[in-house]
Amino acid sequence: MADDPRDDTAAGFTCPIPIATYPHVLLAHGGGGTLMHQLIERMFLPAFGGAGLTRQHDGALVEIGPGRLAFTTDSYVVRPLFFPGGDIGTLAVNGTVNDLAMCGARPLYLSVGFILEEGLPMDALWRVVQSIQRAAAEAGVAVVTGDTKVVDRGKGDGVFVNTAGVGVVPPDRVVAPDRVRVGDALVLSGDIGRHGMAIMAAREGLAFESAIESDCAPLALPVQALFDAGVEVHCLRDLTRGGLASALVEIAEASGLHVRIDERAIPVREDVRAACELLGFDPLYVANEGRFVAFVAARDRDRAVAALAAHPMCAGAAAIGEVTSGRPRLVTMRSPIGATRIVDMLSGEQLPRIC
Amino acid sequence: MKFIDEYRDAGAAARYARALAKITTRPWTLMEVCGGQTHAIVKFGVDELLPAGVTLVHGPGCPVCVTPLELIEKAIEIASRPEVTFCSFGDMLRVPGRSRDLLSVKATGGDVRIVYSPLDALATAVAQPSREVVFFAVGFETTAPANAMAVFQAAQCGVRNFSILVSHVLVPPAMEAILSSPTNRVQGFLAAGHVCTVMGFEEYEPIARRYRVPIVVTGFEPVDILQGVYMCVRQLEEGRAEVENQYARAVRREGNVPAQDLIRRVFQVVPRKWRGVGEIPQSGLGLRDEFADFDAERRFGVAHHTEEEPTVCISGSILRGLKKPRDCSAFGRECTPEHPLGATMVSSEGACAAYYRYRRLEADAAETHG
Repeated sequence: MADDPRDDTAAGFTCPIPIATYPHVLLAHGGGGTLMHQLIERMFLPAFGGAGLTRQHDGALVEIGPGRLAFTTDSYVVRPLFFPGGDIGTLAVNGTVNDLAMCGARPLYLSVGFILEEGLPMDALWRVVQSIQRAAAEAGVAVVTGDTKVVDRGKGDGVFVNTAGVGVVPPDRVVAPDRVRVGDALVLSGDIGRHGMAIMAAREGLAFESAIESDCAPLALPVQALFDAGVEVHCLRDLTRGGLASALVEIAEASGLHVRIDERAIPVREDVRAACELLGFDPLYVANEGRFVAFVAARDRDRAVAALAAHPMCAGAAAIGEVTSGRPRLVTMRSPIGATRIVDMLSGEQLPRIC
Repeated sequence: MKFIDEYRDAGAAARYARALAKITTRPWTLMEVCGGQTHAIVKFGVDELLPAGVTLVHGPGCPVCVTPLELIEKAIEIASRPEVTFCSFGDMLRVPGRSRDLLSVKATGGDVRIVYSPLDALATAVAQPSREVVFFAVGFETTAPANAMAVFQAAQCGVRNFSILVSHVLVPPAMEAILSSPTNRVQGFLAAGHVCTVMGFEEYEPIARRYRVPIVVTGFEPVDILQGVYMCVRQLEEGRAEVENQYARAVRREGNVPAQDLIRRVFQVVPRKWRGVGEIPQSGLGLRDEFADFDAERRFGVAHHTEEEPTVCISGSILRGLKKPRDCSAFGRECTPEHPLGATMVSSEGACAAYYRYRRLEADAAETHG
């Protein structure tokens, strides 16, 4: 950042919209007039000013190489907007980048749509915009188009963000649930449950001995590392809401096969386990934003673990189970004492228990 | 995790399972009282390690499950009022009332909040003096001291916009109700460790003597439960009926005396309805007259509201150990965690929900444990 010539104007640490004049977002900032143009020109364009982003056209025109286009969208609503380890901006970039990576795609371009609540501190918007800029740079994607709307005070929750993303899948690469085969090994990219418990702690004001930070991170590079290591990857799934359990249930159902995991092999950090115990949560169902599970050919299991573990964000990668034909469409787990149970999807969010 | 991992150790579990098999000469039916134990048994598969003749039936110790329908309806009625901020532990929000639950009250504009302690609800009342803050005081003896503390502090500090909707139940009367039923099949109890951390276990000694039934105060981890089962079966095999303490790392015979004093200061023993079971005399706690101002039923005029329990659900028989979830024709069909017909399907500690989540395989004869 230090040698970026834009530092003192837009991409630096002070908000480019004159705070003295507009300390808060007004309805007019989404009204199509001068205030909206000021927001776009002073804040969004300099921050995102990538290859395709231009105010002179109704859409972005971008180059993509050979291969198939991967296309995804996601909307982000999170309270609080800022939490240990990330904020709504990093989530909005990484969530969409990761969905593309799970298709086996190299993520290339994003759109960013803001729905802002009237009265949002301009400085908070600026922090979110900066986070988006940093996360996009880290993930190697460009923000090429966007939109801003402002809703009446009380009709939003500060900021809602929608991102859509496109990426390219190399012509010979097929990654999908129906590629999962009997015998495949399951490789988990690291410890689970950090994002959900970080949000929980921040939202409820629960103070644990150490602050749990979200695992929010872009996964395209670790995924690429699997392919670079020559691992035969059959299916990838990022673990978001619903956690590891829900992701595996989805894949067992989609592939029609039996997914079998071993609870003792699943890494969960000590502080996350303790927080889960306290609230009566099962880490298997807690949200993540920087974790995925790979279904790989059995012979490539150890190579996949090693390729992932070489990335700092996936240092805890582990083989956690395998695919069998035993119980079609089910996930079962071997418990620490050696018994077997079903792993199911929950009907809703986990709710803290009474005692 | 420190203090937990050693109680989830496969080697220790296997050792207790072997020791248990060695001393077991005939079939025994034991009841674990607490829903937390039921959850652990089914989640970790503790019952898979038991010898063929030893059966665990699941007791009434899930506070969510035994809270009667009429109290859920009262909660819904109070929470729907515009002036009320209704605070509850999380797992009460999904319990079905007659036609809806507290989550749907929230969805239609009610101010319904999840809290982790009644003292958080009291703090909300202090922070928002213009709101009526009501806490849903549900639970066994375990949660009673904190609820008593909230009321006591509210009285001391003159917080007039705070009240509690009380649904406190007590373990010993429920055990006696089960034992004195002509259809009882329970031969030994694993008593609820957390309840005994507060109450101690002196009050179980007359029950063990009167009904000739061994009672073992037991913890919540798989190895705790196996050890509790072992101690209980050993008593049965030796013809003893005593109170023993497996959970000695947390429970003393006299319990937590200051906590008991606080409970007695604020609450008195009253008759209570149990969902699926009916009224059991002297089986619950209600606020003493001195603290009646903090009784939400009185404050909001819902005290006389009554509700009949629906008849399809067999949760009453399940809570008394007479039936298992799979004996119910609605289990997994009309009744699922998404559409619970009764409370044992709602809470993760309810026997039906635990079976549904972890055990749908069992009907399938091809089940292998591998």
